[in-house]
Amino acid sequence: MVNIGLDVASMNEPAVNISSVPNTKLEVSDLTISYGNTPALSNVNFSVEEHEIFGIIGPANAGKTSFLKSLNRMDTFDSNMTVNGQILFNGLNIQNLKNIYALRSRIGVVFPLPVGLPLTIYENVALSPRLRGIKKRSELDVIVEQCLTRAALWDEVKDRLNSLGSLLSGGQQQRLTIARALSQAPDLLMLDEFSIAVDPVTTMRIEDVLKELKKDMTIILVTNLVQQARRLADRTAFFLEGECVEVGVTEELFTGEVNDQRTRDYIEGKFG
Amino acid sequence: MSETKPLLQSPSVDFDHRNFDWYVDKFIQSIVFIAGISAIIFIIGIFAFITIEGFGFLLEDFSFREFFLSPFWEPSDEDAPEYGILALVAGTASVTGLAMIVAIPFSLGAAIFIGEFATGKLRESLKVLVELLAAIPSVVWGFIGLSIMNPLIIDVFDVPVGLNVLNAGIILGLMAAPIMTSIAEDALKAVPDRYREAAEALGATRWQVIYKTVLPAAKNGLLGAVLLGVGRGFGETMAVLMATGHSVNIPGSVFDPVRALTATIAAELGETAVGSPHYQALFTIGIFLFIITFLINLTADLIVRGIRKG
Repeated sequence: MVNIGLDVASMNEPAVNISSVPNTKLEVSDLTISYGNTPALSNVNFSVEEHEIFGIIGPANAGKTSFLKSLNRMDTFDSNMTVNGQILFNGLNIQNLKNIYALRSRIGVVFPLPVGLPLTIYENVALSPRLRGIKKRSELDVIVEQCLTRAALWDEVKDRLNSLGSLLSGGQQQRLTIARALSQAPDLLMLDEFSIAVDPVTTMRIEDVLKELKKDMTIILVTNLVQQARRLADRTAFFLEGECVEVGVTEELFTGEVNDQRTRDYIEGKFG
Repeated sequence: MSETKPLLQSPSVDFDHRNFDWYVDKFIQSIVFIAGISAIIFIIGIFAFITIEGFGFLLEDFSFREFFLSPFWEPSDEDAPEYGILALVAGTASVTGLAMIVAIPFSLGAAIFIGEFATGKLRESLKVLVELLAAIPSVVWGFIGLSIMNPLIIDVFDVPVGLNVLNAGIILGLMAAPIMTSIAEDALKAVPDRYREAAEALGATRWQVIYKTVLPAAKNGLLGAVLLGVGRGFGETMAVLMATGHSVNIPGSVFDPVRALTATIAAELGETAVGSPHYQALFTIGIFLFIITFLINLTADLIVRGIRKG
């Protein structure tokens, strides 16, 4: 991974590492999310290991996006949204962090529809390093090229880095947002149905990229394409109507080793 | 009421006969049409009126050189009246310039607070208050300039007269700020939330989000807001008449009294003989003001339209 001198210690790492398993990136227990009085997700209990692609599948309104929002504390946007339960990220309880900006800077997010910030391609990718205080043009150049290369976009945009990111095609913009997420040098990369606005060829390219990235980071992949989860995820959780129905090794789920009939029905395409 | 009647029955329609509805429709259409183009009619009408009134002066006594470059506005001189608006333009420009220095930080700050930080009731009540501020009549502001700012400036800066560029600039700045705030806030609101969320997801702080993404995305609208403020400054009459000191003078400092273009028209038009060169010269100033404010507003409008398209 690009080594850009991240100061992880600034995240108030506790002297004693609470997490007993050192490889656990994320530990979610009794997580409940609601909007006003309407519950969106309840009783989520699982952990995500380091260097794992963790898939989350489920139909619309299952609570998948709300789950991701709770992980990087995007609930602060929505005064209506309440999150209860415990989320440990690197062993830290993210509910009572003093600096949520530092937390967010460690978590890359790719939204369903690509959000090219109103900046040039170069500045889109350089924004996060700049926020971390990297000012030298030569350093930024290296980061931008590496991130765009890793997101399989460099060859297409290297000659027009100074044109607006929003002028790229949908698939290119989505890879740009992936490059931007990578420029954070994140611990955790969360993708929320990234292939909704992307053509199949680009989707396959991004999937290949994700398989590569797994070596360097943990990935949570929310998808409404069951087969995409099968292709990529090591383990998969099935969310349905605000409930985490089942978590299991992806291959086992897909070969019928399920605990819940609803999981089987969804995977086999009987509903959803 | 027969029970076998189908729900939908083709009504008998006379295709070749205009009925009452047709005439009502035509009538409403023409009323709306006239109301719609009335703005154009008024603009052309007003421009035609002031041009006709000022035309005699433009033909006979008008000298481009004297009008724009002479600092002497002495229209009532019996022997050799002079019609130079340079000092008046300087008066208007200095007051408007100072007003913008006051209004821009105020209004942008207020717009950022209302649009980006305030939530719920605070935000709603602030918006209402800003609209309320914008509705205060300008003569009230002029009154504040005369009776509060005047002695205050004399006290604080130890100058003989408090009716000057500083006084009028501050008053005009406070007057222009609410409308600028309102438009700037609209511009910020037009920036999609997904930009903010994407930037926050990168770990940007609230100010970084605003500074790095929201302000650049809204910059055209903000520029439009500032230009509308400038237009307001050029056109404002009453408050400026009351707070500037109203003496023809190219200001050397903010403590010099000046006279504005608009105030000159307001103060002198009633005292001149209709059709006299002085009367016509005032209308020529009117033409000049009309063109300037028209250009400023047009530019602002084009810029604001630009963001809506882009």
